[in-house]
Amino acid sequence: MPPTASSLDRLEFRDRDQVHRLAARLHDQMQRLGGERVSVMHVCGTHEQAIARFGLRALLPAGLDVIMGPGCPVCVTDLPEVDEGVALARQGVRIATYGDMLRVPGTAGSLADARSAGGRIDVVYSIAQAVEMARKSSEEVVFFATGFETTAVTTAATLLSDPPGNFSVLSAHKYIPPVMEIVAEMPGSRVQGFLAAGHAATITGWGVFEPFVARHKLPVVVAGFEPLDILAGLCGLVDAIAAGNAAVYNLFPRSVSREGNRVAQDVLWRVFRPIGGRWRGIAHIPNGNLRLRDEYARFDARSRFEIDLAGLWQSAPSTLVQACRCGDILAGRSSPEDCELFSQQCTPENPVGACMVSTEGTCRIWHEYGGHLDLRSAP
Amino acid sequence: MCLGVPGKVLDVQGMTATVDFWGVQRQILLHVVDAPVAPGDYILNHVGFAIRRIPPEEVAATVALFEELLSAGKTDLMAGEVRAQVGEVDASDG
Ligand code: SF4
Repeated sequence: MPPTASSLDRLEFRDRDQVHRLAARLHDQMQRLGGERVSVMHVCGTHEQAIARFGLRALLPAGLDVIMGPGCPVCVTDLPEVDEGVALARQGVRIATYGDMLRVPGTAGSLADARSAGGRIDVVYSIAQAVEMARKSSEEVVFFATGFETTAVTTAATLLSDPPGNFSVLSAHKYIPPVMEIVAEMPGSRVQGFLAAGHAATITGWGVFEPFVARHKLPVVVAGFEPLDILAGLCGLVDAIAAGNAAVYNLFPRSVSREGNRVAQDVLWRVFRPIGGRWRGIAHIPNGNLRLRDEYARFDARSRFEIDLAGLWQSAPSTLVQACRCGDILAGRSSPEDCELFSQQCTPENPVGACMVSTEGTCRIWHEYGGHLDLRSAP
Repeated sequence: MCLGVPGKVLDVQGMTATVDFWGVQRQILLHVVDAPVAPGDYILNHVGFAIRRIPPEEVAATVALFEELLSAGKTDLMAGEVRAQVGEVDASDG
């Protein structure tokens, strides 16, 4: 079912009038651009959920493309990173991780597969629960840590508050600002501006985007998660693009300041350092991965264990996995509708790619909210 | 995952706060919150940590979206994330 009347009805609670005023303003702005197409990218799974859930794409002018970029941390966790977790589980090490990670396919199976094969994998809601598990036991507990900077902050804070000696972290944390640079520089990139996620910016502050804006001459608008926040953000972005204004605009001042949360930033960078690494399906991202600093090597699963990856890599990915277009989708070059497996062979029950596993993955979101997110393309 | 969920602080013991999320109480850690937190304050919870103390004048606007989300059906992704954050269900299904 396409998101039709019911999702628009739901908008009433957020002031239908204002929504329509903003939408009308967007149409005007686009008209003034005289038929030029405008493409903007957001980098947040929660933005995509809100856009899909409230049927916002149906309100957008025809020439405005709102693309979801690499805003799903689970989806950009690279195959070898999943493999490290799977290998550790197969070696008999107890793993704790966030629920979304469980079914993400690695080169040879997922953590869920490792669990079916006897591996001990616990799903936790917070790293604090993984620490509790370690405290109550004498065996090694590895927390397989995924997520962007907002989540990495909680991993860092945990390591700074004296976790037990049998606790360690396998970090697959990622840092968003560098990937925006890479996406903006991709040959053929149509992205003319970015919508940045309010809560990540709550931590980093909007100032973190200033160097990006200076280098790429593209506007960045920080927006919240309500329908009105997102529409206002898009209005701001289209305005900035039309006027050729490359700057950072903070349209979520009720949560985001220029400096952000200094306490959290300090905690983050005390424990982590950025290093280059692959983001699944996208590219090598310089400074895009967060690894533990040497001072915390004793909590680093990578220095604590011999992780036997070679044993895993005997088997090649199946052909279905090779047909997955997740990478192109995350880079904003394709949409789920371009994938022939979408909602056919690939469903949340039987995901082929990570984008169908995570509740923040574009394929999963489009599948749950009806597959056709744009009423203009709905049957 | 970046949808921080607002909750009301009931009690603070050292670095742990007891926070009420629509009737569900949870222990939330205060190691990275940006300002001192006291009972009666609202915080934004992200995976068991307060990432922000919500200034009083912004509480109403911040809570409103979540009120609506919590009334949504079980399969709704945003609602599911809010429920996981407030501990109504565990986040175990992938
Ligand atoms: S629908 Fe499935 S196979 Fe296709 S791109 Fe999305 S995750 Fe990959």
